[in-house]
Amino acid sequence: MEIVFLAFILMLSIFLGFELINKVPATLHTPLMSGSNAISGITLVGALTSAGAEHTVLATVLGTIAVAMATINVIGGYMVTDRMLAMFKKG
Amino acid sequence: MGIELLVNLSYVAAAVLFIFGLKMLGSPATARKGNLVSAVGMFIAVVITLLDQSIIDYKWIAVGIVAGGVVGAVIARSVAMTSMPEMVAMFNGFGGIASLLVGWAALYGFEANAFEMITIALSILIGGVTFTGSMIAYGKLSEKMPGRPLVFAGQRVFNILLILAIIASTVMFVLNPEQHLYLYLVVGLSALLGIMLVIPIGGADMPVVISLLNSYSGLAACAAGFAINNIILIVAGALVGASGIILTQIMCKAMNRSLSNVLFSGFTKVAAGGGMAKIEGEAKAMSAEDAYYVLEAASSVVIVPGYGMAVAQAQHVVKELQEILEKNGAEVVYAIHPVAGRMPGHMNVLLAEADVSYDLLLEMDAVNPRMDTFDVAIVIGANDVVNPAAREMEGSPIYGMPVINVDMARNVFVMKRSMASGFAGIDNPLFFKENTRMLFGDAKEMLGNIIKAFA
Repeated sequence: MEIVFLAFILMLSIFLGFELINKVPATLHTPLMSGSNAISGITLVGALTSAGAEHTVLATVLGTIAVAMATINVIGGYMVTDRMLAMFKKG
Repeated sequence: MGIELLVNLSYVAAAVLFIFGLKMLGSPATARKGNLVSAVGMFIAVVITLLDQSIIDYKWIAVGIVAGGVVGAVIARSVAMTSMPEMVAMFNGFGGIASLLVGWAALYGFEANAFEMITIALSILIGGVTFTGSMIAYGKLSEKMPGRPLVFAGQRVFNILLILAIIASTVMFVLNPEQHLYLYLVVGLSALLGIMLVIPIGGADMPVVISLLNSYSGLAACAAGFAINNIILIVAGALVGASGIILTQIMCKAMNRSLSNVLFSGFTKVAAGGGMAKIEGEAKAMSAEDAYYVLEAASSVVIVPGYGMAVAQAQHVVKELQEILEKNGAEVVYAIHPVAGRMPGHMNVLLAEADVSYDLLLEMDAVNPRMDTFDVAIVIGANDVVNPAAREMEGSPIYGMPVINVDMARNVFVMKRSMASGFAGIDNPLFFKENTRMLFGDAKEMLGNIIKAFA
């Protein structure tokens, strides 16, 4: 049942994503891309548990690298998107 | 139970913020706030996860966050706007490898059942392909490796064998979680697949690839979410996955090609070009001074930028010319083709950097119907996206692709380094049209010369 429940969430999220993104104008496609890329850094949440749970040494190592990589993605992604969007002005 | 409920409710809040953030990205006026809203969602999700009871030691988490945070911040602050495509490619890759590692580490936390094993395998697979594919895209976009398609004999057979090997090792891995050999095989082979998928794709097709990799990075996070039973990963990953797919579709449509054609046409490049009429004629060159005389008298000008503007870093001079022309009483707008540049929206960001108002940046469909009302169309470093062969030469490899019809303007100025054909390697009959004048040289220099003539 759990699987069905997760699959439902997945399906609804994908449809919602289609609806949301379809309305983004071409002029914002690059910030959209880097901004959504920052969101995909959500995998950081998963990495945190792996890095801190002390299951095995290997899991901690993998988790720590994952935390670092995902943080680059999150921090870098949001910052660069903000930098870009700050430049979009109406003259 | 209490904490777990709190964590999950916070994930719901984070998902709501992501959704609102993406919605606000739909308009330039609210986009910046939208990005902030989405960042707040991320912050909530991360902080609340730290309360998770299974986290015993925070030392390594702190190390990872500090290291990643510093690197990310430095890159984000220092990257030049012209290098945005390769930076996005690189970040996509980091997201991919993070999902791969999360999937891998999930093997050690708990006894995974068959379904979880499949999702672990998927997150490793998608994450691996995203990582190496993005790194190759980064190499091509930053010109650290040749941008042209890399093809070799037997590539197709090799790829089919590779995919079969991946399927086989994935099945073996799921059936034998204890056997690490299969795990390593899945990791290694998916990394190889990522490389093989991107090397045959040429520079001009990069907007499609980068959108697709964007989608993969979301799907990898999504798969990792299934592997560790985390809903926020599934929701956020799916949103990003959908966003990348839409951009991919838009890019493909703008090139009038199917996705499979973009991804695999590198293999069949030789077949194109047959039965094409030879384009003949003489291109008429023009000096900056002559260009000035025409522009001085023009009352409406449309500027069509392409990748060449990015290479020449000419966006600021373009804006300067725009101001001079406006002061001279002319109307100036920009026409932007969806695949101009190396990533979706590339030109818009560069022009925004140069302070060009975003309501002057018009999409192809808005400009084409009134193209004949423009006195001058200035093409700056664009080629295939203004090629009239797409409209009038059946048999041309780009026939049917929607292009900006600059040849219908009264005068066309083409700024170009040489007569070489575009990235698609197709001749451009635009250069030989009656109303076309060529301004050979570096775009930045050429524009500077025209501006000087106005002074």
